[in-house]
Amino acid sequence: MNRITRRFQDLRRAGRKALIPYITAGDPRPELTVPMLRALVDAGADILELGVPFSDPMADGPVIQKACERALAQGMSLRKVLELVGEFRQSDAETPLVLMGYLNPIERMGHAAFAAAAREAGVDGVLTVDLPPEEAAETVELLDKAGIAPIFLLAPTSSDQRIQHTARLARGYLYYVSLKGVTGSAALNVAEVAAKLEAIRARTELPVGVGFGIKDPPTAAAIAEVADAVVVGSTLVAKMAELADEPERMRREVAALLGAMRRAMDQVGAPAAVAD
Amino acid sequence: MKAQGNKVDYSQFPDAAGHFGRYGGRFVAETLMEALHELNAAWQNYRSDPEFLAELDADLSRYVGRPSPLYHAQRWSRKLGGAQIYLKREDLNHTGSHKINNTVGQGLLAARMGKTRLIAETGAGQHGVASATIAARLGMDCVVYMGTEDIRRQALNVYRMRLLGATVQPVDSGSRTLKDALNEALRDWVTNVDDTFYMIGTVAGPHPYPLMVREFQALIGRETREQMLADCGCLPDALVACVGGGSNAIGLFHPFLNDAEVAIYGVEAAGAGIDTGRHAATLCAGNPGVLHGNRTYLLNDEDGQIVETHSVSAGLDYPGVGPEHAWLKDIGRAQYVAVTDDEALRGFHDLTLTEGIIPALESSHALAYAAKLAPTLRSDQRIVINLSGRGDKDIYTVAALEGIQL
Repeated sequence: MNRITRRFQDLRRAGRKALIPYITAGDPRPELTVPMLRALVDAGADILELGVPFSDPMADGPVIQKACERALAQGMSLRKVLELVGEFRQSDAETPLVLMGYLNPIERMGHAAFAAAAREAGVDGVLTVDLPPEEAAETVELLDKAGIAPIFLLAPTSSDQRIQHTARLARGYLYYVSLKGVTGSAALNVAEVAAKLEAIRARTELPVGVGFGIKDPPTAAAIAEVADAVVVGSTLVAKMAELADEPERMRREVAALLGAMRRAMDQVGAPAAVAD
Repeated sequence: MKAQGNKVDYSQFPDAAGHFGRYGGRFVAETLMEALHELNAAWQNYRSDPEFLAELDADLSRYVGRPSPLYHAQRWSRKLGGAQIYLKREDLNHTGSHKINNTVGQGLLAARMGKTRLIAETGAGQHGVASATIAARLGMDCVVYMGTEDIRRQALNVYRMRLLGATVQPVDSGSRTLKDALNEALRDWVTNVDDTFYMIGTVAGPHPYPLMVREFQALIGRETREQMLADCGCLPDALVACVGGGSNAIGLFHPFLNDAEVAIYGVEAAGAGIDTGRHAATLCAGNPGVLHGNRTYLLNDEDGQIVETHSVSAGLDYPGVGPEHAWLKDIGRAQYVAVTDDEALRGFHDLTLTEGIIPALESSHALAYAAKLAPTLRSDQRIVINLSGRGDKDIYTVAALEGIQL
């Protein structure tokens, strides 16, 4: 069984929600990525999302755009990201890891070669922002064969029909984009998110994570009440940029940020909408 | 042309999901999918609506000044010593380029969809000016995204947009040119999707843009066809147009694709020379990939990162190209070639001195290639060049290259 599915089952049994931090691979420096991932796990991360830097990150706000630029300036590439995943796996065989990025680096490597290399490195899921389900049939098949979960986005504007179609192709979890905008946008509306999650849940058994716009522990806790997973990215990446020259302090403070979210989420009572 | 080329009915492409063979499609984040469906539904509804088309035709004739003339450049033809050169005078359109054909159409569509805010990306500023012009006329807010490098190169157009009431939003990310402006416009659209209409200026982007923009530009080729038949009772032997994103080229080419006897040449920007790496010749030197919502040829490194391009002409300085061009290249229906900055500048001066027409630097690439092609043809053969824009905006660039301070 894929590590992502197993992790969600364990969490459900324990009555907890998943906390999924995102960082961009190679930012602020390639040698800091694996230690940062470990620190995030220690601080309570259940699943890791590792961003593959791209020159034209169209769905990302300024914080992650700049992270991509910093990482690329230091020679980060899809191949090197996979090397970092391999390095992380040497000390952590349990925590699921999802690559999040854009399609072109995968196109250039070749979809089959990528699926094989990602499996070899120990990747559990792949979220390709600009690959909607309509164009994804071939990729999904290759990832499925490699035991890697293709993860798809849903949005406030996704129709019921699209939700159903997307849920059929997706594995692992669905990633609900909580607002109209790019990563790191203004605050989300918890009531609106809750209403949309209900519509999604009516059409799939897959766990649903929520991201884009979760900046602080109270929002993380509020989202944890209605979703299966909370994804947090830009807030962590901004902190990393701020403390890029002090790696020890950076790890400590980013871990503390995540830890505060973890505690806030765990104080939320037993989940109401668990499907199993 | 390849053997099976004659059997393709080019009017049947793209398919319902926007594919030209393996190219095109709709590669965007989920946050934009519904907006694209809404746009496609509106477009499919109005593209055959008699009232919409009548209004569009009236605007094209009375506001844009169509049809644009097809001009026989006799003096330049004699000088080149070969085929007869005809210029399709898109430079005479209101706002000075073919870009207005598309923004008039998209503007009418935006109004019918109830949108109140227009956004656009621009490189040379021609599409930005054409968008700002239509926004002013429709009384809509307009934000034009433009790379800071392009703002520096095209100060005149920036000021024109501001005069027209548009906000020019500088884009300082990436290479600070057209591709980055497009990224930023997509980010705006995703955030303001309820009231905002995104006017893409070229035949790229996610479906339905490559199809819709082609349909709004194809009148260039339809007029050329009629004008040529009226003038000499025959079709041209060759068509030549510059290709950045490729909208003026597709506009000229498309109505002739099924006429196998018409040779078709798209001219890309070879910049300082393709072997220097400083160019924007996507089809000549790129590989298939995915950017800005479609699968097409791209200039990217071996890791799939988009690389910076170079051309003396801001309007050709783009690392992608419309997906229909990618397909036409692969199946061999059109040939794609590239000319350097220096060659384009020679074309610029030659036309100016010989015919009294100052062409845009973009269009000068087509002129430069036609100048090579013409002497290889007989004097009873005919080449149509799409003179896609006028060169007033480029005067400062040309003067600076020649060390002249204006």
